[in-house]
Amino acid sequence: MKLNRVAKLAPKAVDTLLKLLLILIFIFPFYWMIVTSFKTFAETIKFPPTLLPERWMWSNYVKVWNSAPFGMYLKNSIIITFSIIVLQVIVMVPAAYAFAKYNFLGKGFFFSIVLLAFMIPGNVTFISTYILMARWGLLRTLWPQIIPFGANAFGIFLLRQSFMQVPEEIIESARLDCASEFQIMFKLMLPMAKSAMLTIALFSFISHWNAYFWPLVMTDTAEVRPLPIAVAMLRNVEGALNWEIIMAGNVILVLPIVLIYLLASRKILEAFVYRGIK
Amino acid sequence: MSVQTVKRASLLKMPRPNVFLRKLFPYALIAPAMAFLIVFTVYPCINLVYLGFTDWNLVRPVKRFVGWQNYQTLFKRPDFAQALRNTAVYTVAMVVLLIVGSLLLAMWLKDNKKLNFVAQAAIFTPHIISLVSVSMVWQWLMEPKVGVLNTILRFLGLTPLQWLESSKTALMSVIIVSFWKSIGYYTLVVLSALQNIPAEIYEAAELDSASKWRTFYKITFPMISPQLFFLLIIITINSFKVFDTINIMTNGGPAGSTNVLAYYIYQYAFSYMKIGYASAAGTILLLILSVLTVLYFRVFSNRVHYQ
Repeated sequence: MKLNRVAKLAPKAVDTLLKLLLILIFIFPFYWMIVTSFKTFAETIKFPPTLLPERWMWSNYVKVWNSAPFGMYLKNSIIITFSIIVLQVIVMVPAAYAFAKYNFLGKGFFFSIVLLAFMIPGNVTFISTYILMARWGLLRTLWPQIIPFGANAFGIFLLRQSFMQVPEEIIESARLDCASEFQIMFKLMLPMAKSAMLTIALFSFISHWNAYFWPLVMTDTAEVRPLPIAVAMLRNVEGALNWEIIMAGNVILVLPIVLIYLLASRKILEAFVYRGIK
Repeated sequence: MSVQTVKRASLLKMPRPNVFLRKLFPYALIAPAMAFLIVFTVYPCINLVYLGFTDWNLVRPVKRFVGWQNYQTLFKRPDFAQALRNTAVYTVAMVVLLIVGSLLLAMWLKDNKKLNFVAQAAIFTPHIISLVSVSMVWQWLMEPKVGVLNTILRFLGLTPLQWLESSKTALMSVIIVSFWKSIGYYTLVVLSALQNIPAEIYEAAELDSASKWRTFYKITFPMISPQLFFLLIIITINSFKVFDTINIMTNGGPAGSTNVLAYYIYQYAFSYMKIGYASAAGTILLLILSVLTVLYFRVFSNRVHYQ
C-alpha cells in the first residue's frame, strides 16, 4: 500500500527537485556575484570557496566607486538611456501611425526598410557610423551613443500593430472635432497603445543601459563613458585580478535593472512575451 | 448679424482640405524614422561594400581603390577561415540548443503552478542583466583553480576543466554562457505560443484518443511553428552578432579558438586600423546573413502553419 503511494508521488517529487535545481542554476551566479563582492581578496581565492563572506567588506564598494569617476559614468548611462527613449518615442509614434492608418505610394517599400533594419547588425554598421560621427565632430560627445538609435525598428513594428487595432470611428470623430493630427497621435492613439509602449520602452531601456559593443566603439574618453564600459575596464589591472572589486562594480551595474525587475517582474514578463509574433 | 458673429462663424468653419498637403502628410510622418534608418542602417551597409574595395586605414586622407585585393587576402588567411569556422560552430550550436531547449523547457513549465512561475522568472533573469556582468561572473565561475565549477567537478570526483583557458574548451564555454543568458527569453516566447493554442483542440485530440507524441507532432508543433520560425531567424542573426562575451572573456583566444566574425571585424577595424579589410569581412558577414535568411524563407515558409 505504502509502496503504491510512493510510486505515485515519486515522479512529482523528482519533477519538483529538478525544477528547484533549474532555479538554482539560474540564480546561483547572481548570488555568487553578490557574495564575492563582499569578500576580501584573500577569501576570494580560498579553496574550497566559502558560501558566505567571513566579513562583509562594504569597503569594496567604496573602493570601486573611488577607483574611477563612477558618478560621471552613472550619469552618462542615465542621460544616454533616457535620451534614446525620448528620441525614439518622438520618431516612432508618427511613423507607426502612418504605417497603421494611412495608405500612400511606396508604403510597402518604406516598411520593408524598417524590417530590414531589424536584421542588420551593428557589428557592420559601426564602421561607417564611426566615420560619420568623426566627420561631424561628435566623437567627444554623448551623441554617437544616442542618435544612431533614433529609429527603433522593433518599436515601429510593434506600435503599428497596436495602432491598427484602434477603430477608425474614434479617429474620424476626433477629426470632426477639429483635432490636429498631432493631437490624435499623442493624445488619442498613444494612450490606447499603453501596453505596447511599455514593452518597447522596457526593451529599449534594458538593451541600451546594458550596451557594451556600441559604446566601446564610439567612446575613447572617460567623459562620455557609460557604466558597462567602466565596469569592464575594472579588469584592466596588472597582476592578479581583484575579483571582489570586479564583482562589486558589476553589482552596481546590475542593481538598477534588478530593482526594476523585482518591482515589476510580472508586468515585465508579460510585456516581453510579445503576443502574436507571427 | 454683427461683424464679430460673422468672424466667429467663419473661424468655426472646417478648414478646406488642401489635397496636395494631405497627400504629402504621411510622408512627413515617416520622414524622421526613414532619415534615421537610412543614415544609420542603409547607408552604412552601402558604405561598407564600398570601403571593402579600398585599403583605407582611417587616417590617410585618400582612400585607395584596390579592387578585389581585400577579398583575396581574406580567403587566403587562416585566421579568417578560423573565424568563419568558429562562427559556424557557434551558430549551429546556438540554434539547435536554444530551439530544442526552449521547446523542452516551455513544455515542462507551462502548467499554471507557482513553482513554474518562479522557474520562469528565474530563467528569464539573465536576459535583463548586462552581458558584461554575465560574462564576468561566468569567467569567475569558470576560473580553473578556484572557480565554483571546478570545485563542483572536483567534489563529484571528475577532472576539472580548463574552460576559457584552453583552446579545446574555450568555444564550448562561451556557448554555455550564451545559452544560459538567452534560453529564458526564448523559452518565454515558446511558452506564450503554447498558451495561445486553444484548449478545445487538445480536448478534441483526447476524444480521438491521440497519443502524446501524435498530439505534439500533429497539433502542438505546427501551431507554434510561426514562433519557432521567428526564433530560428532571430537566433541566427544574434549568433552572428556575438561580440561582448568574447571580448570580455577571451579576447578571441586562446589561439583564436573563440575568434568569430564580429570580433574579427572589430579587431581589424580598430586594433589594426585596416578599415578596408575589415569592411570586406563585414560585407561577407552581411552576405552570409542574407543568404541564410533567404534560405530559411525558401525552406520553411511553406511548412510554417499560419492560422
